[in-house]
Amino acid sequence: MSTQPDPSNPAPHRGYHDIGGLPGDVIDQSEHVLEPWEKRVDAMRMLLGDDKRKLLRADGLRNAIETMGEDIYLELGYYERWMAAVIKVLTERGVLERDEIDARIAAVQARLGIDSVTPRPMPAAPDSKGQQQ
Amino acid sequence: MSNYAIGERVQVRADYPLGHIRTPFYIRGATGLIVDSMGAFPNPEIAATTGTTTETQPLYRVRFSQKDAWADYSGGPRDTLDVEIYEHWLEPQSGATQ
Repeated sequence: MSTQPDPSNPAPHRGYHDIGGLPGDVIDQSEHVLEPWEKRVDAMRMLLGDDKRKLLRADGLRNAIETMGEDIYLELGYYERWMAAVIKVLTERGVLERDEIDARIAAVQARLGIDSVTPRPMPAAPDSKGQQQ
Repeated sequence: MSNYAIGERVQVRADYPLGHIRTPFYIRGATGLIVDSMGAFPNPEIAATTGTTTETQPLYRVRFSQKDAWADYSGGPRDTLDVEIYEHWLEPQSGATQ
């Protein structure tokens, strides 16, 4: 291998997303038609990163995805990771409280007559200092 | 301001910090050849936590031999791999032959 570990750091840190060259599963090459919610997540991320808001650009999105925890990362699908990243960044920056998001989800569920949903893993809510727990 | 010229040999830093890093793990420590200069862009490692930054880093396209990148590479000896790498991840590789 050309990437020699640093002698002072015998187990070099490798981000859980940084998997180039590692053995993996067979790649599903079938066409994936985007669900409406996936398009909305994409649109939301774009609006959050526009010149007016400047809250979440590509670098911040990726950083949030790379720090939400390996278990969550592996469990979530592509746009679920984006959604989790949006929640993570907006709650860390104090734009939204987790309670507000939960209340809104409950209101939408009630409006649509949905009794229960399968919960998806989400990054921990930030503590009072805005830091991820 | 770019510090590396096209045709120069460079070595990718063998560094493994935490944080948002655009230099893939598999290419750190490898030696390659500058083949293009892509311009300067906001440093993504800083913008990752601040949203935006005014600090820019020149970005280069660096060409590696596939056999230098992968220990078990079984393809042709002249196969190459291009990776776009920010300047602060590169070090001069003086005296090396191409």
